[in-house]
Amino acid sequence: MSDLLLVPEKRFEKQIKATREKDGVELSILNLGPTHPATHGIFQNILLMDGEKIIDGEGTVGYIHRAFEKIAENRPFYQINVLTDRLNYCSSPINNTGWWMTVEKMLGIEIPKRVQYMRVIIMELARIADHIICSSVMGVDTGALTGFLYVMQYREKIYEIYEEICGARLTTNMGRIGGFEREWSETAWRKIDEFLAEFPAVWTEFENMLSRNRIFMDRTIGAGAVDAEMAMSYGFTGPNLRAAGVDYDIRVAQPYCSYEDFEFDIPVGQNGDCYDRFCVRNAEVWESMKIIRQALEKMPAEGGYHADVPDYYLPPKEEVYNNMEALIYHFKIVMGEVPVPNTEVYHAVEGGNGELGFYLITNGSRVPYRLHFRRPCFIYYQAFNEIVKGRSLSDAIITLSSMNVIAGELDC
Amino acid sequence: MSDSSNIKQVAPPEGYAGEGFFATKLSEVVGLARANSMWPLPFATSCCGIEYMATMAATYDIGRFGSERMSFSPRQADMLLVMGTIAKKMAPILRQVYEQMAEPKWVIAVGACASTGGVFDTYSVLQGIDKVIPVDVYVPGCPPRPEQILDGILELQNIVKNESVRRRSSDEYKDLLNSYNIK
Amino acid sequence: MSLTNEIIQQTLSQQFAPKVENFHILHDMLAFEVKKDASFEVIKFLKEDPSMNFNFLTDVCGVHYPDYETDRQFCVVYHLHNWFNNVRIRVKVFLPASNPEVESIVPLYAGANWQERETYDFYGITFKNHPQLKRILNMDEMESFPLRKEFPLEDQGRTDKDDRFFGRTGPNC
Repeated sequence: MSDLLLVPEKRFEKQIKATREKDGVELSILNLGPTHPATHGIFQNILLMDGEKIIDGEGTVGYIHRAFEKIAENRPFYQINVLTDRLNYCSSPINNTGWWMTVEKMLGIEIPKRVQYMRVIIMELARIADHIICSSVMGVDTGALTGFLYVMQYREKIYEIYEEICGARLTTNMGRIGGFEREWSETAWRKIDEFLAEFPAVWTEFENMLSRNRIFMDRTIGAGAVDAEMAMSYGFTGPNLRAAGVDYDIRVAQPYCSYEDFEFDIPVGQNGDCYDRFCVRNAEVWESMKIIRQALEKMPAEGGYHADVPDYYLPPKEEVYNNMEALIYHFKIVMGEVPVPNTEVYHAVEGGNGELGFYLITNGSRVPYRLHFRRPCFIYYQAFNEIVKGRSLSDAIITLSSMNVIAGELDC
Repeated sequence: MSDSSNIKQVAPPEGYAGEGFFATKLSEVVGLARANSMWPLPFATSCCGIEYMATMAATYDIGRFGSERMSFSPRQADMLLVMGTIAKKMAPILRQVYEQMAEPKWVIAVGACASTGGVFDTYSVLQGIDKVIPVDVYVPGCPPRPEQILDGILELQNIVKNESVRRRSSDEYKDLLNSYNIK
Repeated sequence: MSLTNEIIQQTLSQQFAPKVENFHILHDMLAFEVKKDASFEVIKFLKEDPSMNFNFLTDVCGVHYPDYETDRQFCVVYHLHNWFNNVRIRVKVFLPASNPEVESIVPLYAGANWQERETYDFYGITFKNHPQLKRILNMDEMESFPLRKEFPLEDQGRTDKDDRFFGRTGPNC
């Protein structure tokens, strides 16, 4: 049985004994355990250390395995939206919209332009919210708490916008097959405009505080560097890949939801280290704001807030109580007598962390036969131990924070 | 200087006041001191943890209630805030963290997942942390709003204020710990 | 000349028939099946051949089909992506129930490591020559493979929830 199948502590003990006998150097094992203030989420890393330097390490995940894929095999399509919220919970609307787009692709539903633009606005707001958390928490991990406290107020403003649209702050459960559950209120549109007016000054101040800060730069430049070849081989996507210099973004490569109508740049870094990841995320926030402005300007007046698919979209309650046809549709949708083809579909969206993919196999019943989530965090986190080999422990902490590993997405 | 005429003052505990002294029961003073300086151990596992981050931040500010310093070391924490889903793989670790905390300690289960397993009625999720550790306050919600989390903390502060100083050595408490096999 | 589904199908059939079969296009994505002994060389060809150039492994997952024939019960599905010509492809490898084992593609794509471990954890599909094939998301001591269709979703030993109140009677949802 190979050594790698042992628990990491036993494997490292063998190595410690060997190095002690050969070189007289005493290595030690450090348990960067599941509950640690700097690991944002619960995953464990057992590290073999030579003083402050990391020689080797192994990660254990699964401390929050909630079996989403198994639950999804027992829930109708509209109930799976609740699960997708809880994947990357810092940017739930992106996951929600990605799931609805997968179902609509499976069913062959065309979405009106107006709904697509509304989806783009909400997805970009979610991306801004996700990057707000990641960048400010990177500041916290280097000791700069002010940035976090300051920009979290603007994340609260984004929460208020979500509340106007769907009622919830964090796990939004937003949308339906075909669009949104209700037209966005006047307050929602006003709040989006106010956010776009106020946030640029705030983000500039946040960037000025950290981007050219000597201490921050010394901590993050060179830490956790990934080159482009390694990143692509490990399946990196999203800001981590773009920081390494590869300009792959699904919104541009395989546009969905009318992203081809908008003009925006893809920020890329050079060295793939923590500083580049920080800067790429900050630049993406600017690009997201640009996209939201363009979507607001170009928003078509006609189109409603959902596609005309009575087979899948619940009719309004006034009609259900008064109109026989609406009652029948309502009954069929809730009881699951909807026409679902026998097919397989894979759809990917650009989530806050990279390519979030949904692989859906249906067999005609109202629950999926198999649903697999291609989670970007799970795939790029496997490279973590390779990236921090030979670096110090503090570099490992800041690397973990800059990679934005969300435990919900890691363990699904 | 600011106008302090509209500041509402909380009534002092029952006692006898005089020139330069205030005599009251020990349990009142201890309760007051403990309740208003609860240092939390944020055991944040998932989405509820992000709502806790919002509670910690400037808009809802848990520091106003005495929880200014987040203690990530169990030895220095008073209350364990379990926020998020606890999987069966995580339960022994939660238990270890609870056991490492020094008395007096209290536990708040924040969110539906920590209270009863929440949406995740599956083979891998612990259906409520009260299966492994005793819980004092349950805060429902998925995730609960920051106001709700603060309400749970205020509820706990009420419990702490009125708790007897001898509670930890009482038989009832010992039986409670024995039922969980906690030494 | 851009890489179309027809060209891929032609090239693969020329090189590898009869080991590749059942080419079909679902929602603009070409999918095909490979015999389990040839999976590594077909994926290597897709990655390294200059006309194919599928440089990115998007996804590895498993599926359980208890209703199919006994030598097609498990399926490992690979999604590959060619960034240069912007083409995606789905490769399916069906495995028998008695011995679901397939060659690991970790030497080709380092990102397959944890994904194959997850597939092993959920279905019990073993990957030959995988550097570290042990459970990843579930507990190490677990003996059964939870995503197989016969394994129940809920923890059968739980006492605080009564299935009757959830309308759960047998395979009901």
